[in-house]
Amino acid sequence: MTVVIGYVPNQYGEAALHLGLQEAASRQLRVIVVNASRGDAFVDKKFVTEQALRDLDERLTATGVDHRVHQSAGVDVGDEIVRVAEQNHAELVVIGIRPRSPVGKVLMGSVAQTVIMDAPCPVLTVRPDVL
Amino acid sequence: MDTLNLLLDGFSNALTPQNLLYACIGVLLGTFVGVLPGIGPAMTVALLLPITYGLDATQSFIMFAGILYGGMYGGSTTSILLNTPGESSSVMTAIEGNKMAKAGRGAQALATAAIGSFIAGTIGTLLVAFFTPAIAEQAVKIGAASYFAIMLLSVVLVTSVLGESKLRGFIGLFIGLTIGLVGLDLSTGQPRLTAGMLELADGIDIVVVAVGVFAIGEALWTAAHLRRRPIEVIPVGQPFMRRDDWRRSWGPWLRGTAIGFPFGAVPAGGAETPTFLSYVLERRLQKPGKDQEQFGEGAIEGVAGPEAANNASAAGMFVPLLALGLPVTATAAVIIAAMRTYGIQPGPTLMADQPELVWTLLASLLIGNTLLLVINLPLAPLWARLLQIPRPQLYAGILFFASLGAYSVNQDPYDLALLLVFGGVGFAIRRFGIPVLPLILGVILGPLMEQKMREALDLSNGDISGLFNEPLAVFVYVLIVLVVVAPYVLGFIRSRRSAP
Repeated sequence: MTVVIGYVPNQYGEAALHLGLQEAASRQLRVIVVNASRGDAFVDKKFVTEQALRDLDERLTATGVDHRVHQSAGVDVGDEIVRVAEQNHAELVVIGIRPRSPVGKVLMGSVAQTVIMDAPCPVLTVRPDVL
Repeated sequence: MDTLNLLLDGFSNALTPQNLLYACIGVLLGTFVGVLPGIGPAMTVALLLPITYGLDATQSFIMFAGILYGGMYGGSTTSILLNTPGESSSVMTAIEGNKMAKAGRGAQALATAAIGSFIAGTIGTLLVAFFTPAIAEQAVKIGAASYFAIMLLSVVLVTSVLGESKLRGFIGLFIGLTIGLVGLDLSTGQPRLTAGMLELADGIDIVVVAVGVFAIGEALWTAAHLRRRPIEVIPVGQPFMRRDDWRRSWGPWLRGTAIGFPFGAVPAGGAETPTFLSYVLERRLQKPGKDQEQFGEGAIEGVAGPEAANNASAAGMFVPLLALGLPVTATAAVIIAAMRTYGIQPGPTLMADQPELVWTLLASLLIGNTLLLVINLPLAPLWARLLQIPRPQLYAGILFFASLGAYSVNQDPYDLALLLVFGGVGFAIRRFGIPVLPLILGVILGPLMEQKMREALDLSNGDISGLFNEPLAVFVYVLIVLVVVAPYVLGFIRSRRSAP
């Protein structure tokens, strides 16, 4: 059984990663870290660069948790997290959430909403300011 | 001195607060579209055409001039930071510029590109101001037969010299010429290629063709290739240059200008050849040893030279545009179309008919160039952030403006259907690698060529010799034959030599 963590290279992703690793350690679970991009803009700051991906992998190895990093481009990010969770029979999905305006949600959609509504397991959400 | 006075008059017209505002808008908009790959100045001017109907001609041309130079500048930003040239003319910049950015010298690369563009653009525009009146004066005397020959030379050069495939170039040209044929015959009034549709009798509005091919075509193409791996952008701070960078840049700037301007001015335009030549020249000029090794690893000369050549040829483009009414780039073609919608007849008489427009335009080119330097140098990090805009939202906006523009030409829903058709054409030519420039030149120059050919033939009562009875025309035809045949002959001789 696994914990799936939705990761982006900023404070929200870090919050999810931090909490996800805690949960994985206490429940004795594997960790899959997911990072994805729709790939419809030329540059996506939430897409982890190759170098940063290696650094992330090293950081996870240092914690001693059984882990895997999964990255994909050209997919809906929410759908991708749900898909990975289903495929690996996740026990828990952890994501970071950020304040959104209604207009922003209409225009850009919400990854968090997709994950919460569609995930095959409980979803743990966290804001960086509560950690 | 006369030229100088006229130019000063132009400045006093261009420097009114309102005109200055349009120059600012043009420059900012131009940089915006230049930064985004796939969207260029030609498409932007085409999209803005219908929106600028409410402005007077001078103001819209001031804005278009700003868009042209801004687009050039924006293209170099993308080349350097992303290694994806926004425009074909900044391909060479990407080679050294991106290497510089990766080595942490992105700020210097951006600075040398911006300052080089400014210097080349300023020198180029001044050369245009001093050369064009003389050329136009001679051009007025050219007869219809020679004028036809020169236009033919222009389309043949653009079609066969630029781009990898001559066949594809000529396919594009003939599609364009065919579109230009639609409508009533000039002298007999017979409908041609209208398929019995009354709406086509007036011909197809160039705005609809340009917007369809550039905007709708590009949007469809992007939609078909939407999802892909995001590229890593290289973070960059404020552009600046050290003393050493200045020392190494000024030579390439001037040499690039010298190479770029003639290429823009000859009716065989395009900035690809001069930027390439400038790059090669700068590499040759390096002292053997350490300096030369730096080429390919991020040499500032390799950015400074081609960027200057790029902008100088963009300026040079105005010589045939203003003196002969001949467009040599896609943007120039759309500007010609814009002149027609304002009822201004582009051609040798333009300088005499519309002195205020021409000189204000030239002055505003110089102003726009300065604005670019002042506005864009500090804004470079901000422009790089534009690349984070998701393309679905971006292209939705473009499609909206495209439809609005095509509809507003005649307030006729029929034009929207035509727009879709040309969008399909635009998609197809991208799919099959047919260059856009010959096509759009064909649409714009085709009817003009026909008109001149008809004039020449009417004078000779329909005898074909009417096309050859001027020495200049014969000379130009010889030139055309040479341009088309020479590469084959050279290739043949070379293969004969290497065969035994």
